Amino acid sequence: MTFSRVLLSAMLVMSAAVLQVTVVNRLPLPGAGPDLVLLVVIGLAVVVGPTAGASIGFGAGLLVDFMPPAATEVGRWALVFCVIGYLAGQIQVDARRSALMVLGAVAGLGALAALLFAGLGLLFGDPRISGDLVVSTMVSSVLYDLLLAPFVIPGVMALARRTALNPSLA
Amino acid sequence: MRDTRRTRIVLAVLLLTAFTFITLDARGGEGSILDRLRETASSVLGPIERAAAAVVNPVSDFIDGVTSINANAGRIDELEAENDELRRQLLTAPLDQSRVDELDSLLRVASLGAYKIVPAQVIAVAAENGYARTVTVDAGTRDGIHRDQTVLNGDGLVGRVIAAGPGTATILLLTDPEFGVGSRLAGTGETGFLQGNGREPLALELYNPQAVVEAGNVVVTVGSPNGRPFVPGVPIGKVTDVLATPGGLSRLAEVEPFAGLTSLDLVGIVIEPPRRNPRDALVAPTPAPSVSPSPSTTSSSPSPSPSP
Repeated sequence: MTFSRVLLSAMLVMSAAVLQVTVVNRLPLPGAGPDLVLLVVIGLAVVVGPTAGASIGFGAGLLVDFMPPAATEVGRWALVFCVIGYLAGQIQVDARRSALMVLGAVAGLGALAALLFAGLGLLFGDPRISGDLVVSTMVSSVLYDLLLAPFVIPGVMALARRTALNPSLA
Repeated sequence: MRDTRRTRIVLAVLLLTAFTFITLDARGGEGSILDRLRETASSVLGPIERAAAAVVNPVSDFIDGVTSINANAGRIDELEAENDELRRQLLTAPLDQSRVDELDSLLRVASLGAYKIVPAQVIAVAAENGYARTVTVDAGTRDGIHRDQTVLNGDGLVGRVIAAGPGTATILLLTDPEFGVGSRLAGTGETGFLQGNGREPLALELYNPQAVVEAGNVVVTVGSPNGRPFVPGVPIGKVTDVLATPGGLSRLAEVEPFAGLTSLDLVGIVIEPPRRNPRDALVAPTPAPSVSPSPSTTSSSPSPSPSP
């Protein structure tokens, strides 16, 4: 990863995490809202590949774990987004980034993220996790993510590609 | 999968690191390494959130520059700026008024209960896909806020402080499943334990299986030693339903919290507990106190006459 790419990823992830807690979570949306950080991680990982994707996911997750209203164990989102970044990075290898493929990835990885996070909670005895809650959270957040993906992911991907094509930025 | 050896190593190292963090954090209590890391992080991220909250304030991005080569450009700019300012004032007037109202009721609660409170604004809310019900407010240790202090607003109990950075603090809302508070029915004084369950209404368990309780009863906090985490006498909510528990060792009731927890704005953090227990002083006087309990709700409970 070039320096400019690291910088761009850090800035995008940071903005997404801050916007998430100060704006998105305050909207009176029914169910669990969209996850901006998830969308940014997928958008970046699709361009940069599995290795860098896993690293970006880990860093993004750690930031979400530390972002002030967070009350769960540090490392949960880091582990979840690390897996998400790795898997999203695989798409780069398998298909040459068709829009439909990316949308499918958002749905699948969004559901996986929700399940992984809840599973880790069960493993460490989080009293907040219950079956029906996990299902409703997963379904609603995947729907919101799909709605928001066309507005977030193409921009993130374009920015990530520019850092690859333009060596003067490095 | 066509992974290189390097990819696999990176992935394994990262996953292992994350897992180690979770384990350390889950096992370590107050003052662990990750707790200190979290504190450091909140002192960095808190100001960023505060800045972002100030920027996204819907009224602040109203004024934009107007460029003109016209001779009257200066005058036009001036008038437009004034116009914008007036429009902004017009827009924010209802907001300011509601802020004043909220502060008013907060002050009323504080003076009635003789609490010393610090007002604070909610600036960030936890995502629902994290399952925790927490918010961040724009006041911290600099303002006298520490872990395990009571948080309330003009309507009633909101939660308790679970972490405090220099300029921000994190509050666990009373709907969170990890939240629990010793409670008492105003009037009769029956004690119990109120617990969050991720949604409203909350579950109240009264220790006395013979307790007389009916819809409309007000629940207040019992209070903790030295007022931490809970000061006594804060109204929590109203009983909406009493569950039939034949042969149970306790009585269960559902409680609707007074504070609107989905649209929190201004809250107060009690930094000094009252010297004397305010008892029921904070419970809003009901216009017609129901002297005789309605038969429909008490039919499931034994007669209210005092036991021997």
